[in-house]
Amino acid sequence: MNTTNQTNLQDREAAWAKQRRVVEQSLARRHAAERRFRGLGLSGVIFGLAMVALLFVTILAKGLPAFWQATIPVEIYFDPQIIEVEQRPGLLPGESAAQLREREMAWQTQLTMSNWNRLIENALLEFVPEAADSRAELRRLVTSGERFRLRDMVVADPSLIGKRVRLDLLADANIDVWLKGNIDRDLPDNQQQLSAKLRQWADDLYARDVIRMSFSTALFANTDSRSSLASAGLAGALAGSLYMMLIVILLAVPVGVASAIYLQEFAPRNKFTDLIEVNINNLAAVPSIIFGLLGAAVFINWFKMPLSAPIVGGLVLSLMTLPTVIIATRSALQAIPPSIRQAALGIGASKMQTIFHHVLPLALPGILTGAIIGVAQAIGETAPLLLIGMSAFVAAVPATPFDQSTALPVQIYLWQGNELRNFFEARTSAAIIVLLSVMITLNAFAIWLRKRFEKRW
Amino acid sequence: MENNLQRSLAAAEGTVGVSAAAKIKMTARDARVFYGEKEALHGVNLDIRENEVLAFIGPSGCGKSTFLRCLNRMNDTIDGCRVTGKIELDGEDIYDRSLDVVLLRARVGMVFQKPNPFPKSIYDNIAYGPKLHGLASTRAELDEVVERSLIRAGLWDEVKDRLDQPGTGLSGGQQQRLCIARAVAVSPEVILMDEPCSALDPIATAKVEQLITELAENFTIVIVTHNMQQAARVSNRTAFFHLGDLVEVDDTTHIFTSPKDKRTEDYITGRFG
Ligand SMILES: Nc1ncnc2c1ncn2[C@@H]1O[C@H](COP(=O)(O)OP(=O)(O)OP(=O)(O)O)[C@@H](O)[C@H]1O
Ligand SMILES: [Mg+2]
Repeated sequence: MNTTNQTNLQDREAAWAKQRRVVEQSLARRHAAERRFRGLGLSGVIFGLAMVALLFVTILAKGLPAFWQATIPVEIYFDPQIIEVEQRPGLLPGESAAQLREREMAWQTQLTMSNWNRLIENALLEFVPEAADSRAELRRLVTSGERFRLRDMVVADPSLIGKRVRLDLLADANIDVWLKGNIDRDLPDNQQQLSAKLRQWADDLYARDVIRMSFSTALFANTDSRSSLASAGLAGALAGSLYMMLIVILLAVPVGVASAIYLQEFAPRNKFTDLIEVNINNLAAVPSIIFGLLGAAVFINWFKMPLSAPIVGGLVLSLMTLPTVIIATRSALQAIPPSIRQAALGIGASKMQTIFHHVLPLALPGILTGAIIGVAQAIGETAPLLLIGMSAFVAAVPATPFDQSTALPVQIYLWQGNELRNFFEARTSAAIIVLLSVMITLNAFAIWLRKRFEKRW
Repeated sequence: MENNLQRSLAAAEGTVGVSAAAKIKMTARDARVFYGEKEALHGVNLDIRENEVLAFIGPSGCGKSTFLRCLNRMNDTIDGCRVTGKIELDGEDIYDRSLDVVLLRARVGMVFQKPNPFPKSIYDNIAYGPKLHGLASTRAELDEVVERSLIRAGLWDEVKDRLDQPGTGLSGGQQQRLCIARAVAVSPEVILMDEPCSALDPIATAKVEQLITELAENFTIVIVTHNMQQAARVSNRTAFFHLGDLVEVDDTTHIFTSPKDKRTEDYITGRFG
């Protein structure tokens, strides 16, 4: 009896030991598998981060210098002998508004005919007196658009005539590139963009701190320019993008959220709603350029909306964003635990009350995140905008969404292709930095909203 | 509010009389429930008396919750669920087109198996129903309803100093009593409880059971439970369900001492289920 018990015990212990060995072996395998998986995941994350870091570093390295631009602070004397112009016309007795406008136009034309370049040359001569006999050459230090700036100042305030005004003139784009060292200084003379004299002056003035690198307000305040490259800025593109963003927010977000609520909560489940659902999911995967084609066909050809206008861009981007917003909203609604709905229904809330009092507030963070990510995506979209003419050159800030305009990503595309590569490489990166800043701001806002509204249950 | 109170009081007095005890609150005739094509409940006939505590027992999956949900039409919210037969509240067909389901659910309240307070303050949890139905017009009235409901649910002393804190921050047992208070706050005539104690410890369970006994003075209560002792302790009558059939319904003492059906006997003696 006792011995059988003993052997039984031994058998059992042997069996346990064996089982433990088997489990240990398999454990080693399982742990190894887990370690491999973790290692793989970690290296994936590190690789991704490294790529992002590389992208940011290159863009920042290229783009940041473009935020500082060669400028020449000078004192402009609005010489009344050079600006030959009468008094600005005022309303004469018995004159109609149209007549006044006509005389005003004539006055402006007369003003434009004045030799503004001479004012600039005179100002520069103070620093380079030896250039008195090569004024035309000297003038090339300054970008060609600055003379219009002087004219506009006088148009805005004719009392400037006869006065001296301190002013920062933008240096020519080639001067900027030369001083930043982005032109090979050893190239033979016939291959240089700038004459030997100009290069000499530029270096000399830079050394004397007459030409400085100062923060480029032109980048933000000016529109794109083709004749005066140094003054090319993002104002038009920024305004166009903001208009489109506004349209997307006002259109895609409410329509998308409302349709998602209807589809998710109210729509009966049948073949028709299944079809709609499949279509929405497919729509989210349609390449964005197709939306551009659609926009060109429908809004421009059919509804006769203006070409290159932010309103059309906004509509196209809204269509493109709609599926994203709908899908995000639906999954946010789906994630709300059914117990909350039952609780509300159980004490006699109607379906509508249940959704608006309980489900939506809980789903809000998810909905807002989805919406903002959709908007951010729309802001960065380029392809559909090219098809509705937003790549046209526009030299004005759009006053309304119906005016011609470009957009930030399109501006990046346009600058990227500019032939003055040395100058526009940096400008392009600067524009990318601006676009990324807008996106990062939007995403940070989304995260903040999420934290703000998030409730636990 | 006044009216509701008087109604409740009148109902409470009614239990004293013998004739009133037999007054029928809800009836089900040949109630069948289909989930898609599958019939889950095969024609239930049952009378629920006013101010009684009626317990539903039976093995898992036999259709207790399904039948309970028929009584306040919570089945409507389940996709593909269809109810046939006749179910009446005070002689009115509750599946009639003219009946508003919102009103029905205000009259027939429900407490769920898992405590499900709203992620709002304790006060708002209780106040939501009365506000919804316009049962309280001033802040003072609302305060009163909240206090009375919490007292009834035996939760007042524990939470009176933190009414503005989230209901989800309470313990499981407190949350369940909060849900009962929430159901009570709209002064329903019938309260349906689906395994209200299954997630609770014995002490919280005892509290909820005592609460049920107290509530029975004013309300008609139908409770689903897997706990025989609980059914024996709190209920006047017990109904035994088996595989979608209502096998028998009788006074609780009868069911537990001398069941008529073999299946009931097997179940309560623990031979299956
Ligand atoms: N939403 C549903 N869809 C499909 N079938 C369901 C659904 N709910 C319940 N059923 C089926 O109906 C039958 C009865 O279910 P019910 O939930 O009423 O059982 P129960 O008695 O409450 O069980 P338990 O004691 O486990 O809660 C089961 O066979 C179940 O599979
Ligand atoms: Mg159940």
